[in-house]
Amino acid sequence: MQRALHIDPKKCTGCLQCEMACSYEKDGVFNPSKSRIKVFTFHHEGRFAPYTCTQCAEAWCQKACPVEAIQIDAATGAKVIVDARCVGCKVCTIACPFGTVNYNSVTGKVIKCDLCGGDPACASACPTAAITYVDADWTGIDKMRAYAEQSLAGTA
Amino acid sequence: MQYLIIGAGPAGVTAAETLRRLDADATIRIIGDEPEPPYSRMAIPYLLMDNIAEQGTHLREHGNHFADLRIDVTRGRVEQVDAAGHRVRLQDGGSLSYDSLLIATGSSPVHPPIPGIDGPNVTSCWTLADARRILAGARSGSRVVLIGAGFIGSIVLEALAQRGVQLSVVEQGERMVPRMMGPEAGGMLKRWCESKGVSVYTGIGVSSIDAGGVTLADDTRLEADLVITATGVKSNVGFLEGSGVKVDQGVLIDRHFRTNVADVYAAGDVAQGLDFSTGDYAVHAIQPTATDHGHIAALNMSGQAAEYEGSLNMNVLDTLGLLSCSFGRWDGVAGGEHAELYAPDDWRYLSLQFDGDRLVGANAVGLSQHVGILRGLIQRRTPLGEWKERLMRDPTRLMEAYLATTQVI
Ligand SMILES: Cc1cc2nc3c(=O)[nH]c(=O)nc-3n(C[C@H](O)[C@H](O)[C@H](O)COP(=O)(O)OP(=O)(O)OC[C@H]3O[C@@H](n4cnc5c(N)ncnc54)[C@H](O)[C@@H]3O)c2cc1C
Ligand code: SF4
Ligand code: SF4
Repeated sequence: MQRALHIDPKKCTGCLQCEMACSYEKDGVFNPSKSRIKVFTFHHEGRFAPYTCTQCAEAWCQKACPVEAIQIDAATGAKVIVDARCVGCKVCTIACPFGTVNYNSVTGKVIKCDLCGGDPACASACPTAAITYVDADWTGIDKMRAYAEQSLAGTA
Repeated sequence: MQYLIIGAGPAGVTAAETLRRLDADATIRIIGDEPEPPYSRMAIPYLLMDNIAEQGTHLREHGNHFADLRIDVTRGRVEQVDAAGHRVRLQDGGSLSYDSLLIATGSSPVHPPIPGIDGPNVTSCWTLADARRILAGARSGSRVVLIGAGFIGSIVLEALAQRGVQLSVVEQGERMVPRMMGPEAGGMLKRWCESKGVSVYTGIGVSSIDAGGVTLADDTRLEADLVITATGVKSNVGFLEGSGVKVDQGVLIDRHFRTNVADVYAAGDVAQGLDFSTGDYAVHAIQPTATDHGHIAALNMSGQAAEYEGSLNMNVLDTLGLLSCSFGRWDGVAGGEHAELYAPDDWRYLSLQFDGDRLVGANAVGLSQHVGILRGLIQRRTPLGEWKERLMRDPTRLMEAYLATTQVI
């Protein structure tokens, strides 16, 4: 069964454990700026919103890639950057309407969430269960995705 | 059902694959006139930078990809379309019949009428054949003049600089990327290039080219071993003469990718399709449009009535490490408001264009994170409500505006 990251911003306390865990998992450093998941802060409201790729069905990033460098992980359904193919053209960074593919100038390639092969470090690290890894047919995810993708499908 | 696709670029290939997904039994054939396996022009700069080998430009990694999908990729050049007879005539004298035809022939470079532009030391940078010429002629230390600093020119500039050539760039427009960014951002790019050792001439044309180099309109002389042109492109429509298919800037199509002729569709650089931002029909010669077109054209060819929402013009550039991008109506709309952050000393620029409380266009320099959200906000026509005023005061709060105006928070 496919699973997905479920994010519940109301539970987020802004502790940034997810960003730390992600950067450590992916780059071996505790450095939020390297994280594939990002926590946005709403100072006025005192609220936080962890945010990352929803592995959306349309996969705009994948469709735009000129060299097949974004492929689907058969086990998780995640859209994964294949570093050996990526030329660093950044077209995916403007094609993803959620802004969840970013360019890494150090490697010359792009980075995005790949669900850590099925054991996402952010979800394990989150102390408040604001980020959980759940069955993808859980309706909340579908609703979240459907909302996010509506009116973006390219066709009416 | 017999589908025939002319042109083996991203538009044609995406269409063929989509058709196969929709119809397991159809006969699907792509006919393309370039000798290589289907490849991506966009990857050529990275070949020039020695980041990849030629194989890395191929649209599909696996050699048997098309055979596995029973998509026949044939080399040949279509000379004429006989729409009434549902046939195309090939250069080698043969012909092919079709039930449904997709024109995905892309575009080709245009050359301004400059004396000497046909010389052996002059090449465009459009095909793999061009790339091989550049690889041979532009070595470390070679003197290279690049004519044109539009979007494609600026991408080529980056690749040439990475090759370590002594580079001069001449752009007739008042600034670099004049059709992609305004004077502040364009000026910033020019200063940045100059600070990295590239000579940039703007607002001046080339008056002649000879074996030793290039002479500008004010008689400035630029010695060159190789001259590369990036002076615009034009849709490949010549073979449609006499076919009855209507052509303007490109092949005119409706929201279902149909031309005016029955069973003939068009997609990609060759097609003049719906522009999301203006509601007019325009050629958007960019990769994401080519693949979107190919995909949705195929849905319609297979009988689904998929109506296109239009393509959003968008570009991203990396100019010697300085990132920039443009989206939609970056130049604004009548009566719309405009938020701007201009920090030339930090090499940062961000400009947002609104129509009412909706974002309709943007330019950015030095923005590296979450850039795609600009597309999202524009293309979903998100009403920004109170966030419009906040963005007017501080345009960098884009992600917050997005999160606050969608379901996420
Ligand atoms: C150097 C370079 C860099 C680029 N960088 C970017 C970028 O960063 N971002 C971006 O969005 N876009 C970029 N582009 C543009 C992008 O490559 C094009 O928009 C895209 O290739 C269009 O795809 P297409 O399938 O419509 O046409 P093409 O890729 O041009 O494919 C059309 C094919 O049809 C063939 N053909 C033409 N006429 C006939 C005929 N009569 N019979 C048979 N075959 C025919 C052509 O030879 C060609 O092989 C770049 C282009 C170049 C050259
Ligand atoms: S990076 Fe963006 S386009 Fe790609 S799968 Fe994730 S949300 Fe979708
Ligand atoms: S940056 Fe890499 S993954 Fe993204 S579109 Fe370009 S080649 Fe594909």
